[in-house]
Amino acid sequence: MSLTETMSPGLALGIHQAMVRIRLFESRVEELFKAGELPGFVHTYIGQEAIAAGVCAALNRDDYITSTHRGHGHAIAKGMELGPIMAELYGKATGACRGRGGSMHVADFSVGMLGANGIVAGGLGIAAGAALSARYRGTGQVAVGFFGDGGINKGTFHEALNFAATHRLGVVFVCENNQYAQFTSRLRTTSVEDLSVRAAAYGIPGVTVDGNDPAATYRQTLEAVARAREGVGPTLLNMETYRFGGHYVGDAEVYRASAEVQARREEDPILRWERTLTDEGLMTAGAGDAVWAEAGEEVSAAVSFAEESPYPEGGTALENVFTRVR
Amino acid sequence: MAQRDGTTRRMSFGQATVDAMRSAMREDDRVVVLGEDISWGGNFGQFRGLLDEFGPDRVIDMPISEAIIMAVGVGAAVTGLRPVASMSFVEFTLGAMDEIVNQAAKFRYMFGGQVSVPLVLRASDGVLRSSAGQHSSSLEGLFTHLPGLKVVAPSNPADARGLLRAAIADDDPVVYLENKRITAKRGPVPAGDHVVPLGSAAVRRTGADLTIVTYSVMTLHAEKACARLAEMGIDAELIELRSLVPLDLDTVLSSVVRTGRVVVAHEAWEFGGFGAEVVAAITGQAFDRLRAAPVRVGAAQAPIPFSPPLERAVVPGEDEIVAAAREVMGLC
Ligand SMILES: Cc1ncc(C[n+]2csc(CCOP(=O)(O)OP(=O)(O)O)c2C)c(N)n1
Ligand SMILES: [Mg+2]
Repeated sequence: MSLTETMSPGLALGIHQAMVRIRLFESRVEELFKAGELPGFVHTYIGQEAIAAGVCAALNRDDYITSTHRGHGHAIAKGMELGPIMAELYGKATGACRGRGGSMHVADFSVGMLGANGIVAGGLGIAAGAALSARYRGTGQVAVGFFGDGGINKGTFHEALNFAATHRLGVVFVCENNQYAQFTSRLRTTSVEDLSVRAAAYGIPGVTVDGNDPAATYRQTLEAVARAREGVGPTLLNMETYRFGGHYVGDAEVYRASAEVQARREEDPILRWERTLTDEGLMTAGAGDAVWAEAGEEVSAAVSFAEESPYPEGGTALENVFTRVR
Repeated sequence: MAQRDGTTRRMSFGQATVDAMRSAMREDDRVVVLGEDISWGGNFGQFRGLLDEFGPDRVIDMPISEAIIMAVGVGAAVTGLRPVASMSFVEFTLGAMDEIVNQAAKFRYMFGGQVSVPLVLRASDGVLRSSAGQHSSSLEGLFTHLPGLKVVAPSNPADARGLLRAAIADDDPVVYLENKRITAKRGPVPAGDHVVPLGSAAVRRTGADLTIVTYSVMTLHAEKACARLAEMGIDAELIELRSLVPLDLDTVLSSVVRTGRVVVAHEAWEFGGFGAEVVAAITGQAFDRLRAAPVRVGAAQAPIPFSPPLERAVVPGEDEIVAAAREVMGLC
């Protein structure tokens, strides 16, 4: 099947642009963190770009996503601007969450990004709740719950799938199967090798997807979203991928062989997508470079915005604990 | 804190806990460890090297399934093992609260004393460099509220070792809280199999003017605060509880009846916190000896924010203890 049967040239290029923006944003985050510019700790998305970009390309702006501790890529793909994300990572008052949340809690409810989440699998029930709400309100919106191969063992995953399946809710459960949960290979803690088979227990479709191919992540999400919007019910997508960096920036990575990492880095999903686009005659070499250059400038602008922004005043720390105190 | 022969070893808080685990596991093959990533030493190196010595039958890598970590711990504990369950960050215990509250804490009592639940729950708590709302909490107040659970919170490597050893030896469920900011801190640990009994507070500094009662990381802030207060001519006595349940109220009261003034400090939220229990106990038992209303120091009533200036505004430290001490002294 040729690529243009799956998606329009504009969409194919848009996905490429999203992947490049995520890659450059995250590379800069890594540098900034190592240079001591960012407080807290950060988990980067490098290597997994084809998932966020492909999945979010199949969603409308008002559809919902719930994210994870590795959430910058989801935030960017769902349409958040880079400046407020970067400012949030700096802990600045202009950050998406006014500096309250930081890397693990970036959110923008105006684009349906219901939050990165520091609790593994913490977003899955929330995605089901958003889908319930959308159906009740009759809006036609759907929800995507992102999670990892580690999150698939949390009780909340199983409870969310059962509930969503029982009520035929419009949710797509997207497992970003990057092979590790922190330092532990999924093979050591998980009863099944093909994670998609867990869907069978809840009577819903489960599909294993090449998570490094945006054509696949997009197409499978599109099908799942169609089922979700029509009220047929949820889908579990097991998207196979690999994180290029450590669990967090600074991770010594003693738990995996550098040869393994090297081999996986050579299958860089962005370079692979560029080859596809070039082969299909959708992108000339120069056009690709322009995308990288433009995204690089956008990231630099986000960094400047963050650096020039003020920190929040300590005196505002107790704002927003409640909507109204009484 | 050295033994009579004076020999000590210097090690970090984290290493001291590994040392305690090792002694316990060598002595008693019923001791097993359950937790995420523990083959690799855990998030803070608090299990480093245990897999090599004791193997995968005793050092069990758990999936990210906190409820099951606790439930398996309870099931194993009531059938002859002595599990140590690791919850990494204390917030992750919340996904196992049913197992902690409804099972571990109640089994012995509900079943009429037929069994005990010799289980240790290790969890890292507290604020560490902008870890934000879901990775910065101090939740001891949730655990101390529950009859059936013991709760300890050491602040130095010697106590870390001694209390963990005592916790594993204890026949009841013990919540062992290790503050993230002190896990890497080094200090002397008495040579040999050092044990600190549960329920014994330590007087860290003697003083005549006021009593500061604290535990965990706040002990370190309080030590600095005491030095500053001394420069101001205020002579503070510093009591580190070490163990919250059982609580060594005798040590606290014997100080308070002399000083008549009390500050109780913890990093956890002040509102509804464990400090309220300590103040209530003091007020109830030594009311006529108090010369000023006790003052509490704790975090302001907000989730712990990410941005450093906000985190600083919410989380108390040395300055807040000094200010509270001056307040009970009637100096501000
Ligand atoms: C409930 C809970 N347990 C444990 C953790 C600690 N933790 C943070 S990320 C992580 C691994 C998650 O692995 P996975 O779901 O595969 O996501 P990945 O990091 O690979 O993107 C763990 C154990 C947590 N944040 N929340
Ligand atoms: Mg993973």
